[in-house]
Amino acid sequence: MMRNLAAGLAGLIFGLGLVIAQMTNPAKVLAFLDIFGAWDPSLALVMGSALAITAIGYRLAWRRAGPVLGGEFALPSASQIDVRLAAGAVMFGAGWGLVGLCPGPALTALTIGGPPVWIFGAAMLAGMVAFRFLPAAGAKPA
Amino acid sequence: MENFTPVSALAGGALIGLSAVLLMALNGRIAGISGLLGTALFGAPGDRAWRLFFLGGMVLAPLVMLLVPGEARPSLAVDITSSWPLLIIGGLLVGFGTRLGSGCTSGHGVCGLSRLSARSLIAVLVFMAVGMVTVTVMRGSLASLIAGGAS
Repeated sequence: MMRNLAAGLAGLIFGLGLVIAQMTNPAKVLAFLDIFGAWDPSLALVMGSALAITAIGYRLAWRRAGPVLGGEFALPSASQIDVRLAAGAVMFGAGWGLVGLCPGPALTALTIGGPPVWIFGAAMLAGMVAFRFLPAAGAKPA
Repeated sequence: MENFTPVSALAGGALIGLSAVLLMALNGRIAGISGLLGTALFGAPGDRAWRLFFLGGMVLAPLVMLLVPGEARPSLAVDITSSWPLLIIGGLLVGFGTRLGSGCTSGHGVCGLSRLSARSLIAVLVFMAVGMVTVTVMRGSLASLIAGGAS
């Protein structure tokens, strides 16, 4: 139960961060991607700030033998750079650029964005379901 | 750059980083939202609970913001101009693409880069570049820049 509550608290903080940074506003995200238009570099600072804290915090966390609430540190073991990785990133980048929502902000905006976010979220889930049931793609754990 | 908001961007990013660190320090897990979603949906029952708590916290966050007094409250605007077909195509691409590529802006962008993962670096460079190209094409930004420069 403590692990669940810790995860809930971390999720809440993540969502608050997205809202404060206005990453839940697709117009803000698209303005970052619009480098030849009225460019808004804010998202670069969001990423930079999050990265700096995470890079330092992870290393502090890893000084312990394991997580505070038990279990082990579960880190991705995949290291190969393959077509699958690149193709997935191309598809994600295209969808992100079309609407201005990625998975985190789409979730957090569900409560404030109304029907457009619900439609996007439903389509995003459908995309994940399609991946799960596509034998060639879903066979490998992602 | 008229809409540049450096202070809220740095503050919000710091909270995202804090969240990722907490999840690692306490539970030993990566805060990658597309992965959390995919596993919460299709993973073994024992893998689901904490993920659903994390995702639930994310969904509730804007409601907590509503408790903040009006003047101090950050903007809760969600400005979407995309048509319904574009929303659906975009959602499908994001859902399928993040699972195929094993991550999104949080998993690859924040957690992966901070672990110095080469895979994540490639993924981030690719999705950032494709996102920028997509917006530039959709808005005709480069064309208008060239046209504006020529006139």
